[in-house]
Amino acid sequence: MTASVYRKSGGARWLVAVALTFMVLFLVLPLATVFAEALARGFEAYGATLTHPDAIAAIKLTLTVAAISVPLNVVFGIAAAWAIAKFDFPGKSLLVTFIDLPFSVSPVVAGLVYVLLFGMQGWLGPWLREHDIQIIFAVPGIVLATIFVTFPFVARELIPLMAEQGRDDEEAALSLGASGFQTFLRVTLPNIRWGLFYGVLLCNARAMGEFGAVSVVSGHLRGLTNTMPLHVEILYNEYNFVAAFAVASLLALLALLTLVLKSILEWRFGYHHGSAGH
Amino acid sequence: MISLDGISKRFGTFDALRNIDLEVRDDEFLALLGPSGSGKTTLLRIIAGLAFPDAGRVSFNGEDVTDLKVADRKVGFVFQHYALFRHMSVADNVGFGLSVRPRRQRPRKPEIRARARDLLELVQLGGLEDRYPAQLSGGQRQRVALARALAVEPQLLLLDEPFGALDAKVRKELRRWLRQLHEQMKLTSIFVTHDQEEALELADRVVVMNDGAIEQIGPPEDIYMAPRSSFVSGFVGDTNSLPVTVADGVPRFHDRPIAVDAAGVAEGSARLDFRPHDIALDGDQAGSLPMIVTGAYRTGGNWRVEGTVSGLSRVIEIDLATDRPPPEPGQRLALRITRGRLFPDEKARP
Repeated sequence: MTASVYRKSGGARWLVAVALTFMVLFLVLPLATVFAEALARGFEAYGATLTHPDAIAAIKLTLTVAAISVPLNVVFGIAAAWAIAKFDFPGKSLLVTFIDLPFSVSPVVAGLVYVLLFGMQGWLGPWLREHDIQIIFAVPGIVLATIFVTFPFVARELIPLMAEQGRDDEEAALSLGASGFQTFLRVTLPNIRWGLFYGVLLCNARAMGEFGAVSVVSGHLRGLTNTMPLHVEILYNEYNFVAAFAVASLLALLALLTLVLKSILEWRFGYHHGSAGH
Repeated sequence: MISLDGISKRFGTFDALRNIDLEVRDDEFLALLGPSGSGKTTLLRIIAGLAFPDAGRVSFNGEDVTDLKVADRKVGFVFQHYALFRHMSVADNVGFGLSVRPRRQRPRKPEIRARARDLLELVQLGGLEDRYPAQLSGGQRQRVALARALAVEPQLLLLDEPFGALDAKVRKELRRWLRQLHEQMKLTSIFVTHDQEEALELADRVVVMNDGAIEQIGPPEDIYMAPRSSFVSGFVGDTNSLPVTVADGVPRFHDRPIAVDAAGVAEGSARLDFRPHDIALDGDQAGSLPMIVTGAYRTGGNWRVEGTVSGLSRVIEIDLATDRPPPEPGQRLALRITRGRLFPDEKARP
């Protein structure tokens, strides 16, 4: 009934037109430009820039960072969501607030906090130097910054889901003699798998695409501490547009792949995500 | 035998259970009956080991199990909303308890499946092994939940509002069936309900709970015919309640003497409870109660007649035989209370 009401109204048609125009202007056109620029000098040049050692190093580093930070955030996310959704304890609302912190704080600030903590002049700087551990301007710093920025994705996806499912299934499993671990593996995990997959998808997309926080702690050492987004920036600043857009096109492909998987998830399994819509 | 000694439980400042003593006999079908918030579910969860008391002792056959976790108590628990594992087939749900046993005690897969099939036959769901919970009706899900709880061969079966989420017809069928199943299996069972009809029909004994304490324990007949408090008589079955004053062995409602024996009742204000069917119409006699009819409707083989009594804000309900037409609204009836019970006054009931 509402649909037919809207169809007849001229105002609604206007709104749709405006939305579509904006979408084309600000989303489709830039995405097309990325691929157009990347392929401006043909497939050969495109391939050559992507197989350049620096580019390969950047891709490898990005994959490594994602491969470390996403699993860690899956563990943290499940643990936090479990605690928040299934138990009452003092300080619960504080924990929920902290989980949202990475969303509310600028990624650059997050990066600076790590520099302040682990940098040469930072609080832990002297101790780290003594023990010959380098975090800032090295891979560990990039991983830490990425974990911080992507922390909320899994937890925020799971909290409403787990809260809605309640504790009955777990209690049923326990009453049937299952251990805590068996209950988690055979009851809790299957109940949250689609939500978890969704959270991982978003978490991964952000982990690979993160720029601000990583930029601060990376030091931009070519072939060493440059992730793909940072590499794109460097190439662009050097007026190497084809190379810059070629690497950018990979990130764009990742985004498209994420969208496709997300849509499949929503259509095929009727999964509607909760509140982590950032 | 299951014994509870001095069980108390608080949630924050709320006393959920206050010093509960209870003994459950072997093979007995026991109902915990009470309004919501009376503590009955909390008590059931404490017996199961899903919750733990702040004070008191739970023992099974003389063995103290107060600190034992649910997994170690050998109880079957059936949840109000079934709590079936939605990603497992019916057979896998039923076999779950066997499949999580330590490797040495775990039956082999075909054995688990055979056992699941037997249990599904027992709960009259043979042939549905490969369905998923979402493909079953509410009554079927409840039976799967029951089969799943029985699969681990519990020494005690606990059911939390087992029929609460079902429609009236299915509920009645399932109730009768569960009663038969209990007689067949002879398994000590405790179920929680807020539905007095359910408790009276199913249970060997009924425990009436109110406000975290036990009001009365007894066979259904006693609970209905000899309620020990005004709360019990009001909660179990329909009851009319009159505020009266007892003086010289005679209860009076607004100075009108009522012909009910008040022997052994303390002088002063009291409450006179009587069932809708515990009245007779004897014309105007001394000791009768005048009622003005406001309406009547049929309940099975009776007319349920509603009316007002001057000086009482609550409606009075009485049952009359259907061998004559129901009284007209406005008609005046004189009620003689044939069976009434006097209770010390409670402030809670207006």
